[in-house]
Amino acid sequence: MGELFTLPVLLGILYSGIRLATPYLFAAVGETFAQRSGVLNLGVEGIMLMGAYTGFFVGMKSGNIWLGLLAAALVGILMGLLMSVISITLQAEQGISGIGLHLFGLGLSSLLFKTTLGSVESINGFKPVRIPLLADIPYVGEVLFNHNILVYAAFLLVPLSAWFLNKTTFGLKIRAVGQNPQAADTLGVNVIRVRYFCVCLGGMLAGIAGASLSIALINLFQENMTNGMGFIAVALVYFGGWRPYGVLLGALLFSFVNAFQLWIQVKGINIPSDFAIMMPYVLTILALAFATKRAQQPAALTKPFERGEN
Amino acid sequence: MKSTFSRMMALVLLVVILAAGCAPQATPAPTEEAATAFKVAIVMPSSITDMAFSQSMFEGLKKVQTTMGGESAMEIAYSENLFSVPDAAAAIRDYADKGYNLVIAHGSQYGTSLEQVAPDFPETSFAWGTSLDTFQASGINNVFAYQAEAQQGGYVLGTIAALMSKTGIIGETGPVDAGDAKLYIEGFQKGAEAAKPGTQVSVTYTGSFSDVSLMATAAETHIAAGADMLTGSSQSVVGAIGVAKDKGAFWFGTQWDQTSLAPTAVVASQVYDWSGIITDMIASAQKGVMGGKSYTLTFKNGGLVIVYNPAIEVPADVKAAADAAIAGINDGTIVP
Repeated sequence: MGELFTLPVLLGILYSGIRLATPYLFAAVGETFAQRSGVLNLGVEGIMLMGAYTGFFVGMKSGNIWLGLLAAALVGILMGLLMSVISITLQAEQGISGIGLHLFGLGLSSLLFKTTLGSVESINGFKPVRIPLLADIPYVGEVLFNHNILVYAAFLLVPLSAWFLNKTTFGLKIRAVGQNPQAADTLGVNVIRVRYFCVCLGGMLAGIAGASLSIALINLFQENMTNGMGFIAVALVYFGGWRPYGVLLGALLFSFVNAFQLWIQVKGINIPSDFAIMMPYVLTILALAFATKRAQQPAALTKPFERGEN
Repeated sequence: MKSTFSRMMALVLLVVILAAGCAPQATPAPTEEAATAFKVAIVMPSSITDMAFSQSMFEGLKKVQTTMGGESAMEIAYSENLFSVPDAAAAIRDYADKGYNLVIAHGSQYGTSLEQVAPDFPETSFAWGTSLDTFQASGINNVFAYQAEAQQGGYVLGTIAALMSKTGIIGETGPVDAGDAKLYIEGFQKGAEAAKPGTQVSVTYTGSFSDVSLMATAAETHIAAGADMLTGSSQSVVGAIGVAKDKGAFWFGTQWDQTSLAPTAVVASQVYDWSGIITDMIASAQKGVMGGKSYTLTFKNGGLVIVYNPAIEVPADVKAAADAAIAGINDGTIVP
């Protein structure tokens, strides 16, 4: 066990954990906005796949990965718009329409991949950007401040979103709409418009989450490459108590434990690999069961809003 | 109330349409109905472009189709991405029901389903792998079984990796500690340790066949631990190959030639050529022997091939050691 807690191993866990957490942060913070406004979007996974495909395809064909990122964000907004129409305007059951959106994204991204690319190829994604001075800090500098631009963006998104939700007037409107839409409505807040905005913002961030895999971290597109990440992102929102900093904590816990269990295996610590693989999930479930306060849950979550009812 | 109900109905309809539209569909090859065409259907856990297990089988089928004289002689239908066993079982039954002559269930997880479906269609041949169990013990005579002796190529690639490694550390990363991946990974380890005693081989499993992100992180971890030679199994290794390329490590592929993913990093791949087995199964079925045979892919029968990447220089003495390992495996002096 001794050789597991050496400096290179701890730095390795830090580096891999930060990279692993990046797509979860984009997707889960985006989903936090949607849920705070009262809409449960279970289709995050499908949006991520569409974002991953679009980012890769546009980045490859245009030779400009920034354009790919922009396209992924736009497709994310469109998917969010589709979810909004179905669940806000048509007031469909949110859980079911989210699953539908997931299947739609899964199928469409696979179909488009087959017809336009046909085989797995790699792309030159976003390169690491070394931040001067900070990256010169002994030991942790290289590990923390030599990542690609999307990694930094994902971590900056957390304080930015917390400020936006808690300190701005629009953030107050979002929270009001998620807690008590009838009251918000009587005070002149356009409930429908706020919810559309939040679900589309969540969609955009989920699209970017997918692109962070296909053009920044892994730099290729494969069918169903998100492999359930979108659903874990939804779980992280509950884990984080609907707060961006809570989501950050959950994403980091899950990712660090995942990076840690790989090191356990690499170092040949004698426990079955199945137990190592289970670790991040078991810990997340335990933390969910003991640490989260459901009191934080937006009161109107999953409830469609109709003007003039009650 | 009525409006809520009709909305719900509309939604359920929408979801059903979406699900039906997007679920992996049976895609019969477009062909005119030739009376003599031998009809083969295959159910696969991943996609025909996975650069690994499913692609190797699909390309094998296409090769046989070309040899037999094209679509008029042999028809191929396939269902891909059916990792879920109940979905796959339904597809297998469906193909048998539609009169396909040979239905291949390409995944060891499909075994129990096949055991249930096969007795209902005695006129149809079935095949599954990787396994050597044809269910003859339970009185079923229309099932073929096949397995790749993945440890053979693993041993040879492990030999090359150990001799080329500068750090003496090798990283292997697989999906689950079972089946084809286990055979390959253990063979690789054995080959590396035999070629250069003292070589340190670390093994990780991610617990998933499709988690590209975690597989990439596993490769990252091996490299951070000092490995300069990497290998791995399953379709999710595409992420790990990218990491090897970016960090200047070398990669060894299995199941399919993975050179195109990283021409500067992939040294060599063990490629599965299923065409010989497929040809024999078709010939058997046409003669009325519907199953009962189990096949293996080996170097000896040409089912396993080591494909080198011409862009990466492998020293002559290392190549000679690899050829010696293949010869030793073929004459039985080396048991990987």
